Amino acid sequence: MSLYTLLGAFEIGLIFSLVALGVYISFRLLRFPDLTVDGSFPLGGAVAATMISSGSDPFLATIVATIAGAVAGLITGWLNIRLKIMDLLASILMMIALYSINLRIMGKPNVPLITEPTVFSVLQPDSISDYVLRPLLLVVVVLAAKFLLDWFFSTQTGLAMRATGSNARMARAQGVNTGLMVLGGMALSNALVGMAGALFAQTQGGADISMGVGTIVIGLAAVIVGESLLPSRRLYLATIAVVVGAIVYRFFIALALNSDFIGLQAQDLNLVTALLVTVALVVPKLRQHWSGKKGN
Amino acid sequence: MLRAQDLHITFNPGTPIETRALRGMSLDIPSGQFVTVIGSNGAGKSTFLNAVSGELKVDSGRIEIDGIDMTRQPVWERARHVARVFQDPMAGTCEDLTIEENMALAEMRGHKRGLGWAVKPALRDEFRAQLATLGLGLENRLSDRIGLLSGGQRQAVSLLMAALRPSRLLLLDEHTAALDPRTADFVLQLTVRIVAEHKLTTMMVTHSMRQALDVGERTVMLHQGKVVLDVSGDERKGMTVKDLLAMFERVRGEQIDDDALLLG
Repeated sequence: MSLYTLLGAFEIGLIFSLVALGVYISFRLLRFPDLTVDGSFPLGGAVAATMISSGSDPFLATIVATIAGAVAGLITGWLNIRLKIMDLLASILMMIALYSINLRIMGKPNVPLITEPTVFSVLQPDSISDYVLRPLLLVVVVLAAKFLLDWFFSTQTGLAMRATGSNARMARAQGVNTGLMVLGGMALSNALVGMAGALFAQTQGGADISMGVGTIVIGLAAVIVGESLLPSRRLYLATIAVVVGAIVYRFFIALALNSDFIGLQAQDLNLVTALLVTVALVVPKLRQHWSGKKGN
Repeated sequence: MLRAQDLHITFNPGTPIETRALRGMSLDIPSGQFVTVIGSNGAGKSTFLNAVSGELKVDSGRIEIDGIDMTRQPVWERARHVARVFQDPMAGTCEDLTIEENMALAEMRGHKRGLGWAVKPALRDEFRAQLATLGLGLENRLSDRIGLLSGGQRQAVSLLMAALRPSRLLLLDEHTAALDPRTADFVLQLTVRIVAEHKLTTMMVTHSMRQALDVGERTVMLHQGKVVLDVSGDERKGMTVKDLLAMFERVRGEQIDDDALLLG
């Protein structure tokens, strides 16, 4: 594997660590199985690519894409809280709706960004190459997101949000408006995913309607891989674990796809991901099973 | 203080499994009084408690606390005035959060939550002092997950949490029922101490007639979704479980006679 592929994997891993942080908020903290991300990731890409290609500032485009993601999350939360639609179903409805919305935003199945400025090209100095700069900038973004989340979830509001996911009945008895917390958490989660989509479009040369397929599985894979590598219930360690998980996961994918003797190709990506998540889900259970037997 | 007027709740109305859980339930509790509530299974004790806390919506009737109409308020809004300890030790605390985080949640009950740190050093000191009064050694385990604690320890912390903020009404829902007898006794003594210290208006639902007479200053018995017995003062002082049982049998007998008349 060349340095170029290695840095490429690192770069995508960093972008997906934003997705993984979002998935961690919905799946782990709120316990809301949220598939909206399959739609909000391409939504972020679509908004950013469309705005940039029509002459907007790439930073503004990225911010608007992040807000668009938040709105998508809010709507999923609203479907669940206000209209009482089951959480999983509410998110599937939103995901399906976003497919049409994304096509409407782009006006066609893909919007290329080849010569247009991106947040990366704008900040590009002559002294370093782009494939080094991009991961560096992304490290800063991801660390900023991680520390902001660590901070937020230690505040009074953040704590109330975690309590909502852990024991909603108790949270309500302590005066927490749990519906509002779910809405806020879903907006936060999908905002991160929308931003990841915007950055992805800007590093991969454009947005594509199918770029969201399997986002949730990749995000979940990152969370699960991270949790198995660094098991911890402390939040600041858990968020690090999730970021590490996303990067490690991308390295394995790059390794698998670049090792000729395995014979895997790019189209096998989703199958590999599904297998990896399955293994990661089963191994802890098997381990419990084995250690349980030893104990008896 | 608490004024519940003519509450009606029917589960599954219009179906073969229709249950009329509350049938014109009324109860007034003056400020500072400690009331124990007893009744057989299905008498409506828990339904009444859940109606007061807001977890169940009443079909008709009115619930007031200090003259404020609470009937339509959701649970989290009523939490400003009402503190609660659940029967299930797992229900009253967040097992994924630490002891100090659980207490910090309770510390903000009835207050607007902002973006300040949830656990501050000053708060931590206060929590440590509060926990020390339990004598369980929990003051050294502030950053342990509360899921690691035993049921009794969790109920004790729940009680502390309920008293962290001044509240107008404390609701105890058979909060010693899931504990072994020794722990149950410890939690009950703690309850009496905390209620006295903070002069809390308290309503305690219990299965145990013994408990109902031993603590508090007034005992109310529910039957078929209504108050059928209400004793306090001198009448209650000399009362034994046997007396209470006899009264219960009499009340129930009359009820059956009434039904018989209706059917006849």
